[in-house]
Amino acid sequence: MTTLAERTTSTVSAGADLHLSGISKRFASFSAVEDLELLVPSGTFFALLGPSGCGKSTTLRMIAGLEAPSEGSISIGGQDVTALPSHRRPVNTVFQSYALFPHMSVLENVAFGLKRKKDKQAMDKAKAGLELVELSHLANRKPAQLSGGQQQRVALARALVNRPQVLLLDEPLGALDMKLRRQMQLELKKIQTEVGLTFIHVTHDQEEAMTMADVVAVMNGGRIEQMGPPRELYELPRTAFVANFLGKSNLMRGTVTGESEGMLSVNVASHTILLPVSRAVQTSGEVVLGVRPEKITIDRVAVAGDNQLSGTVIDVSFTGTTTEYLVEVEQVGPIGTFSQNRGQQPAQEGDTVFLAWDAEHSFGLAGDESVNAGVES
Amino acid sequence: MSVELRSKDEIRAEKRKNRTGIYLISPGLLVLTLFFALPVVVLLAMSLYVKPPGAEIGEFVPGFELSNYATVLSAYWPELLRSFWFALIATVLALLIGFPMAYLVAVRLRERTLLQGILLVLLIAPFFSSFILRTQAWKQILADEGFIAQSLKFIAILPPDGHLTATPFAVVAGLTYNFLPFMVLPIYANLGRLDTRLLEASADLYASPITSFTKVTLPMSAPGIFAGTLLTFIPAAGDYVNSALLGNNRDTTMIGQVIDSRFFRVIDYPGASALSFILMISILILVTIYIRRFGTKELM
Repeated sequence: MTTLAERTTSTVSAGADLHLSGISKRFASFSAVEDLELLVPSGTFFALLGPSGCGKSTTLRMIAGLEAPSEGSISIGGQDVTALPSHRRPVNTVFQSYALFPHMSVLENVAFGLKRKKDKQAMDKAKAGLELVELSHLANRKPAQLSGGQQQRVALARALVNRPQVLLLDEPLGALDMKLRRQMQLELKKIQTEVGLTFIHVTHDQEEAMTMADVVAVMNGGRIEQMGPPRELYELPRTAFVANFLGKSNLMRGTVTGESEGMLSVNVASHTILLPVSRAVQTSGEVVLGVRPEKITIDRVAVAGDNQLSGTVIDVSFTGTTTEYLVEVEQVGPIGTFSQNRGQQPAQEGDTVFLAWDAEHSFGLAGDESVNAGVES
Repeated sequence: MSVELRSKDEIRAEKRKNRTGIYLISPGLLVLTLFFALPVVVLLAMSLYVKPPGAEIGEFVPGFELSNYATVLSAYWPELLRSFWFALIATVLALLIGFPMAYLVAVRLRERTLLQGILLVLLIAPFFSSFILRTQAWKQILADEGFIAQSLKFIAILPPDGHLTATPFAVVAGLTYNFLPFMVLPIYANLGRLDTRLLEASADLYASPITSFTKVTLPMSAPGIFAGTLLTFIPAAGDYVNSALLGNNRDTTMIGQVIDSRFFRVIDYPGASALSFILMISILILVTIYIRRFGTKELM
């Protein structure tokens, strides 16, 4: 793929800030989005991540102008667009269904937006757009004659050629198979870096959100649970939902018993587990303590680590590069972990094992959280 | 590669398949042969019959009188042209009235199935009463003392001594009304499949609602409009009930009316047959031109 920058250096218009303030959307029977506050800086690849029905698509549709918010305002690049109809907003969408016009050729599809803007070079720009997604040879085909992956590229080109200030992507990779998906993820990311537009990517695939986005907002029940760079969200989730939805977590209930040198002592089923104060949402009383599976080491003999638990292996599954273990710890519940397959296998089903992790890998959540929030069934 | 030999069973299965096809097509073929192809041949023969010297009324002998065609065409070309003209106006009006109706029911009310169902029934309801009766009713609707005529006189569109009945207006109105469902139903069926997400995409790509309509909705519903216009124009061009009941025998006579009176009043079988043939051929030519122009375009 040749770079877009090579072809369109003169026309690169950087993206714009997107600001949603106090956005709510209520339908007759339920509330899809509640009091949403969001600032996406210009040029960011932003992901809205959440399970289906969390309000992420509704939020996207409100930015596009396809849905009017019940309350709040939307501004793009400092301009209030809340009252603007869809066709007047400097925004384009790549739809989940692609929504390509079946009666038009691929080229006509891509040129559609440019023609509406009375762009004199509409056809040339559309051709360049098709070149960018490597579909020039199919310019005269009808969308129905294209494969799913090709249609997806046409939909992307159709939105990109308009150089919108904000590009909205509504689960555009959802219909593609895994291999094509990974390939398109990389290409999308590359294109975004090249053109510098603000991308808002809606997805329910946490891996997709983490690999592509600069900033991820995890949505649940019409609200943003937590927002930040993927690494930050993963390493320090602030709610049980984020801890479970973004990757996996081991969550256990405990009580704070003391504090010294920036560390909280938490009593988890008579074990003392250390938790940095800076990583705790709540520093006293009942808390939910969490640790990511890969932070835990597992062995048949006691190993080094600030926090120690022991239990019985109840499940072992071999996944190729790693082996996953489920360890039943008395009064705590099953704890998941895994080890790299570097030769010996540390444990087998029925073995008594020791688990350990460094204190700074613990994170603390509010005590009233459900430990199963956001667990994908 | 070995030569592929079919077993006896396979051959038998294929023969059975062919026979099934023949069985399936035979009732239709029989009906069409008896009630369409044969009458057309009879009609063609009849149109060439001659009246022997000193014959009684209605007495004709087989012949090859091509001049029958020239005679009726020179006498009735104005009625023929008027038929197509009226049918064309009625088709355009039916499209202008019918498209918004179909759009409302098929697209706007898509989520409201009950209302959609009621409106569809209302659309088809006229078919449950007689065509003649409904046309007769239009006489009342357009009568001098009726609401429409009175209102038009009040706003001075119609002069105080003007009439709506027995005018070309009445005939075209009747045609439009009677054939409206034939316009609406195919368009409705087509718009029912319109993916409204395409309209969102179009709005997203800077198209105003009007542009979305002309660039997306209209081209996508072209097959429905095409079918609707054909289903309206063809029967309207050959219709005689509307011109007979709502017309005036001066400037509203349509070709169907002429054929009717040639057959049953003047008892001029060859003339009536020749006119029928001329009507049939001209409709075929017009429709062929129309299909060539709009129909073969790859729509999807």
